[in-house]
Amino acid sequence: MLNFVLRRLGQMAFTIIVASFLIFAVSEWTPGSVARKTLGPYATEQQVQILTEELGLDRPVVVRYLEWAGNILQGDLGYSTLYKQPVAPIFRDRLANTAMLAAIAFAIIVPVSILFGVLAGMREGSLLDRVISVAAIICTSLPEFALGAFLSSIFVIWLGILPGTSTLDPGSGWSIASQLVLPVMVMVLYDAGYVIRMVRASMIEVMLAPYIRTAILKGLSFPDVIRRHALRNALIAPFTVILLQINYLITGVVVVEAVFAYPGFGRMMLEAALNKDVALIEAGALVAVAIAVTTQVAGDIGYMLLNPRIRIA
Amino acid sequence: MATVPDELEIRAPAKPPGLVSKLLGLRHSWVAVVGATLVLFWVVVAVIAPFAAPYDPNFQDFMALANPRPSGEHLLGTDMLGRDMLSRVMWGARTVLVVAPIAVVVAYLIGCTMGLLAGYFGGWVDTVFSRLADIVLSFPVIILYLIIIANFGASAFNIVLAVTFTATPQIMRIVRGLTLDIKNREYVTAAQIRGESALYIMAVEILPNARGPLIVDACLRMGYTIIAIGVLGFLGLGLPPPDPDWGGMVKDTYGLMSVYPHMALIPAAAISSLVIGFNLLADGIRELALKD
Repeated sequence: MLNFVLRRLGQMAFTIIVASFLIFAVSEWTPGSVARKTLGPYATEQQVQILTEELGLDRPVVVRYLEWAGNILQGDLGYSTLYKQPVAPIFRDRLANTAMLAAIAFAIIVPVSILFGVLAGMREGSLLDRVISVAAIICTSLPEFALGAFLSSIFVIWLGILPGTSTLDPGSGWSIASQLVLPVMVMVLYDAGYVIRMVRASMIEVMLAPYIRTAILKGLSFPDVIRRHALRNALIAPFTVILLQINYLITGVVVVEAVFAYPGFGRMMLEAALNKDVALIEAGALVAVAIAVTTQVAGDIGYMLLNPRIRIA
Repeated sequence: MATVPDELEIRAPAKPPGLVSKLLGLRHSWVAVVGATLVLFWVVVAVIAPFAAPYDPNFQDFMALANPRPSGEHLLGTDMLGRDMLSRVMWGARTVLVVAPIAVVVAYLIGCTMGLLAGYFGGWVDTVFSRLADIVLSFPVIILYLIIIANFGASAFNIVLAVTFTATPQIMRIVRGLTLDIKNREYVTAAQIRGESALYIMAVEILPNARGPLIVDACLRMGYTIIAIGVLGFLGLGLPPPDPDWGGMVKDTYGLMSVYPHMALIPAAAISSLVIGFNLLADGIRELALKD
């Protein structure tokens, strides 16, 4: 067990190191040097040359990577050419905003998905199952920007009860809470459909298990079978899936944040990409990978703790 | 008792249902029928767009600018530059239904090859490919798109590249798992004893028998890819203007939602219906496969 945890942590470190090198190499080694990206297409060749020398960009990529990685380990994430300030403080604010959005969405997605997934999966093929399944497929099929357009046309334009943008600016005349409703709604609809299907699949499998048949045959009422026998076992497999949603909610929300002009991590990454802000892209991608790998490892270890068959072996 | 199955094996096996009867079987699942209808509808639209679209997708009707709402001349209205929405949506179907299948096919070619090699040979091949896949999969997909498009620029080729790059490791994992399962079956052992080459076994014995889950995955992946192309267009990282792509159309007109909601809602509905089509089709196929 301890062995397993240590091995997973080792793999995690390896993945982050390789990924960080890839991020760095792709950003700094591709057509158009960092100096060119920073100065834009209208700078003269001479200006590009001067900046290249000033930043030491003519040194080998491995040397520069080690320097960059060393700085990051010391907490220096670089300097953003887009926001004209160090990357670290921008990061703090943006991640905090996104974490707030993610936490609210997560708090809704988990219970909603478990409820509908269990309802659908406890009687496979029933009318309720079909309705929930098709609704879940349709929700995951709607791209976030399309969902945003549909919901905005209803709640913003037609009913006029919610703001169309969520800049978190208290002076806009809308409370912060009302600004969070639409982004959270899009995230929940888009993401819950997927988790519902995972919980449903697991529930169907559990309902076929011999111990469920035993429980039914010994005369337990159906709700009791579900509550006392099926539910706990059906939630082991989706646990990892649910944990991985944190990943989507924090780093995958680029589109939602772009739709509603929400000042979060995703929109920052988009702006950095559109403006070729190399330091910001590199640091942001690294944070995204770190979050992704950490949730993955946490999911694996949690799954092991929950599943007695693996825990004891 | 042990001889009974052997005898059964020797008898001519029942003829497996052909592809045509399988496709006809889809009509028994209304989910699959609705999905296939939606997909077929857009395929037809994409094919006939050059002849059937009432206007050139980039033609600007300045007379329509005064009232861009749907009218007799422009059935779905025009956008803020006076371009006919119906024609642009039709040509947009063409864009997405060319780029998405190319991306999926390329990803499948590479992903299947890597998955077969990793699953069949195991050992260091498996370790290297699986580690590579782990690393690519550790990037959130949308962040990978941002990095790739930001560094290589936006073009149809780079969109295919980005989608292929993110989808290949996922396909590789699926194929690897299927290969691990199939390679211990009797018919693979038989082929090995016959002295068939590894290439033959992978291409003729293993891959065709893994097709069921792969067809379902390919349908789902078409849906994801169409979303991805739309998302890139919406984020301003998609195909360069002025050629119509649905995501870009929503982006250009989103700010006008409060005045002319049709400009953003029509392409949003178009992309949604196509993705719903592929996902329902995938679900229908899976349902039927489980019944057999």
